[in-house]
Amino acid sequence: MTVFIIRRLLQALLVVFMMSVIVFFGVNIVGDPVYMLVSPDADQADIEAAISRLGLDRPILEQYWLFLKGAAQGDLGDSFIFGEPALKLILHHMPATMELAFSALILAIVIGIPLGLYAGLYPDSRLSKGIMAASIFGFSLPTFWVGLMLIMLFAVELRWVPATGRGDLGSFLGFQSSLFTLDGLSHIFLPALNLALLKISLAIRLTRAGVREAMGLDYVKYARAKGLSTRRIILVHVMKNIMIPVVTVMGLEFGSLIGFSVVTETIFAWPGMGKLLIDAILQLDRPVVVAYLMIIVLFFVLINLIVDILYSILDPRVRLQDQGA
Amino acid sequence: MRKLTTATAVAFGILAIGAGAVSAEKLTIGLASEPTSLDPHFHNLGPNNAMSVHIFDRLIAQDEKQRLSPGLAVSWEPVDDLTWEFKLREGVKFHDGSDFNADDVVCTMARAPDVPNSPSGYGTYLKGKEVVKIDDYTVHFKTEAPYPLMGNDISTIPVISELGCDSTTEDFNAGTAAIGTGPFKFQSYTPGESIVLTRNDDYWGDKPVWSEVEFRPITSGPSRVASLLAGDVDMISGVPTTDITTLKGNDDIQLSQGVSNRVIYLHMDQFRENSPFVKAIGGGDIKNPLMDVRVRKAISMAISRDAIVERVMEGVAIPAGQLLPEGFFGVSDKLDVVAYDPEGAKALLAEAGYADGFEMTIHGPNDRYINDAKIAEAIAQMLTRVGIKTAVETMPRSVYFGRASKGSPDGLPEFSFILVGWGAGSGEASSPLKSLIHTYDKDAGFGSSNRGRHSDPETDALIEEALRTVDDAKRQALLAQATERAIENVAIIPTHFQVNTWAAKKGLSYVARTDEYTLATGVVKE
Repeated sequence: MTVFIIRRLLQALLVVFMMSVIVFFGVNIVGDPVYMLVSPDADQADIEAAISRLGLDRPILEQYWLFLKGAAQGDLGDSFIFGEPALKLILHHMPATMELAFSALILAIVIGIPLGLYAGLYPDSRLSKGIMAASIFGFSLPTFWVGLMLIMLFAVELRWVPATGRGDLGSFLGFQSSLFTLDGLSHIFLPALNLALLKISLAIRLTRAGVREAMGLDYVKYARAKGLSTRRIILVHVMKNIMIPVVTVMGLEFGSLIGFSVVTETIFAWPGMGKLLIDAILQLDRPVVVAYLMIIVLFFVLINLIVDILYSILDPRVRLQDQGA
Repeated sequence: MRKLTTATAVAFGILAIGAGAVSAEKLTIGLASEPTSLDPHFHNLGPNNAMSVHIFDRLIAQDEKQRLSPGLAVSWEPVDDLTWEFKLREGVKFHDGSDFNADDVVCTMARAPDVPNSPSGYGTYLKGKEVVKIDDYTVHFKTEAPYPLMGNDISTIPVISELGCDSTTEDFNAGTAAIGTGPFKFQSYTPGESIVLTRNDDYWGDKPVWSEVEFRPITSGPSRVASLLAGDVDMISGVPTTDITTLKGNDDIQLSQGVSNRVIYLHMDQFRENSPFVKAIGGGDIKNPLMDVRVRKAISMAISRDAIVERVMEGVAIPAGQLLPEGFFGVSDKLDVVAYDPEGAKALLAEAGYADGFEMTIHGPNDRYINDAKIAEAIAQMLTRVGIKTAVETMPRSVYFGRASKGSPDGLPEFSFILVGWGAGSGEASSPLKSLIHTYDKDAGFGSSNRGRHSDPETDALIEEALRTVDDAKRQALLAQATERAIENVAIIPTHFQVNTWAAKKGLSYVARTDEYTLATGVVKE
């Protein structure tokens, strides 16, 4: 297992390096950040000074080499706009995104799995059909539109929760999060729901399909014959077996929750990494865009690894080794 | 359900009113764009400057129409051709209780152009100026040549305390160094989330009505409007034009509008014999018709500014005939908006030898000015109607401005016909004249945004003379004259002045500012 993990980490490093090439050159071809930064009042000399201060007058290969040198020492460059290290900015905005993605994931599991289980056990009931129909909407409606509708309904019409922003922070076990205050929870409810909608639908469909399949299998029949209670059959035996695809997909989707939070964060003015990224893209703050993408790549790689490890715990038949290696 | 909703809304409404009465003096503002720092000398950018006005006074203040008025200086006058004397206000205290005097001014002027990592500093306004302390309440600004715009330039520099001069940008963002003399004090700053300020009860000027102000950046337009409707915020800046009509019909919302110093205009390639995006009908090469003043005039006449304002801008803009709206220093009272005359335009084109018209492309940004892409489309249609077959290409500003300024292979402006805007930061006409109209001259710093490279020695001479003339009346006349000549030569084609809209909950209104700043001191209770 240790060998496996080391090998996977080395692979990850290669992926990150290749991404750095694609991202760095891709981002540096587009546009000219200088005109986004300098005041219109600046004259030609001021503009040239800004170009050379940002190092943009150097050949692109030299810029990339400098970036790699810095990256090896954990320095992904300074934000053009804030003048602070890009990594520091992203880490500063990360907790807000993580708590949003985490809340969305919890919502997806807590809402999606029970509904999917019900729909799988009683596929012909009206409620099940309703659940499945609703999940199609969850898949197909665009996030930004649903987000605005949620705001109009819950914040503007009903006035139950605030429309935008992040609430007060609370402290618990040394963690600072808006999940620990009532004000914070009221602020996070809408964005988390908005972000979770797609994943709830996904969880419903996966669970339902799994349950439908498992219920007809021999081990369930055998358990029934042995006289186990339905409750025990479903909660212990069926659930354990259908959890493998659910955990895999939800694990991978956690990465996409962080990635997709860009849209939700923009609509709900949530001060997370996604909002930072969008602003950085619009203003061509290259170091922040590059650093963000590098971090996301790292995330996906790590999540995949964790999912693989979780597999082996859920299903002892899965061995952690490279096929054909 | 409907009943229940109304009942809840009413119940919450009552609660909201009850809560409002307790903290009646707290104001929450939803901002369309966020400052990048609280260091007042870090980034010369609209949102940063607007925020710093709350905490830091300038020696000279700009009122809502950008007219200069005494700030920390009570008077400023030239004592000879090369020296301006500033008399400072006595008895002013910084937020930390220390006294304001000439030492603070001297160190401010040293720090402002020289902040590490600053994306765009204030050196532009302090070039060629030397500050000398005469006594505790008198300073002299010395220049190498007579310089009339001293007041305008100095009004852009926020004054910090001498103790803050050695501080870093981080110290300002953390609040420890954010100590000014302004009407509000720093309370807290969480980037991306909020900036909270409290009233400075010892303020030397008019004390603000608001005891506490919270600014929240909400960059998405629809969300900003929703936040106002939901009661999260009391006022928002940058109301999207598409929402204005709906909000007007809402009795709980009060709109405030005002013209800005920003003109939207067209630049035309006037320096290339063969312009890359101008072709003969059918796509063949053609000698650049935009060099001919008759063609430029025809284009101007073919554009219906009223249609742009009424249809594209939904009435929220003012047709433009020159570089700044009336009321600004240096505008001409002789210039009218060019009348829409498609027949006249066709006749002029025929006279210039383009009876069959030609083809060109208009380039513009799609995320910089209000409705920018739609304006470009409208203009293209109008020009096509008089025979100039015009295609439209718009792009994000991050790509657009670089290409428009120096995107061609030899580092020259890439496009032939572009839509741009210009906000006169100094609040007078020399700003657009110097940057947009004057011949491109790298060494002298003229024409830095002259992307059409219009060049007329006589206009240049008028602009340069104005920039040497300290006498206000004479300078005003020279600037007006230069503007008239530039418009006569169709150096650029102004289309309209942007009008900005703020929306507040009922009972509040905003004193609209031409510089587009959103200031808590401008929010008044009715």
